[in-house]
Amino acid sequence: MFIAIAIVIGVASLISGFIAIHHEKLSVAIIASGMVSLFASVIFLLLAAPDVAMTEASIGSGLTTLIFFYVLNKIRQRND
Amino acid sequence: MIKKILIIGLLAGVGLIFFDLFNAYQGSEVLGKTGRYYAENGADEVGAANLVTAVIVTYRGLDTLGEVTILFLTAAIISFVLKFRREDFIPNRPVRITSELLDSASQVIVPVIFMVGIYIFINGHLTPGGGFQGGAVIASGVLLMIMANPNFGISHKVIAKVESISGIAFVLIGIMGIFLAGGFLDNRLLGLGNLGELFSAGVIPIIYTFIGLKVGAELSNILGTISHAQNEKN
Repeated sequence: MFIAIAIVIGVASLISGFIAIHHEKLSVAIIASGMVSLFASVIFLLLAAPDVAMTEASIGSGLTTLIFFYVLNKIRQRND
Repeated sequence: MIKKILIIGLLAGVGLIFFDLFNAYQGSEVLGKTGRYYAENGADEVGAANLVTAVIVTYRGLDTLGEVTILFLTAAIISFVLKFRREDFIPNRPVRITSELLDSASQVIVPVIFMVGIYIFINGHLTPGGGFQGGAVIASGVLLMIMANPNFGISHKVIAKVESISGIAFVLIGIMGIFLAGGFLDNRLLGLGNLGELFSAGVIPIIYTFIGLKVGAELSNILGTISHAQNEKN
């Protein structure tokens, strides 16, 4: 059961990683890279490391995603 | 063509190294020497129910001090790099109207997020998580506030005071350990108390509260600075 969940989450994070690299729209790519962190935090939780999962969820998928969006916004302003 | 072959060759080489590591890996049923020491003596010596905290704050407390310093440096460098002149600054930049959902949710959820963050670092010696996790959770509360109101400014005076007071207090508690207990960052300044109670494990809850405030202030400051930099004229 544990292995099945881990495989599903692993495949999902691989797919979102692929989307993050190859999607044309940068905003979708940023959200997909945040999703990789979210799946990683679930895997940490399954591996009995709740403290690492907390850090990964809040920093990896929260703060980093927002910082990427700010940078994207800045680049768009410059290009206009 | 040559480039592609080189890339594939490199990937195959890295894959081979990792396959070798994977093949040679044997999970061990017993703890290593250091781990066994922590597991056997941690509860008696430190009095923390959460052994990870015992290692992070007491046995490897100096490393934690280094990590906090690195985080402080990062926040300082970001503030330094993103500095700009006052005339380049638009006080209230036009922003898209925040959706009703985000606006109402931020007012309801932000206090709860702050409370969860404070809970995590105050109970660092009992439950999973600690200063860094609690600080990150508090910063994500600030993140929600910034998202709901993009022109929301963070008071740098408050951040600077919280940050420096908690940093100084952390080092002072560490130095007091040299004179009053066994060494730098020794947690036996106060009594160890009963294992599993909130007021136990010596000064670990106090140190973790300061670490949590410091990390929360630093991460919020990074977010605030980056959000502020959006107001710069091009």
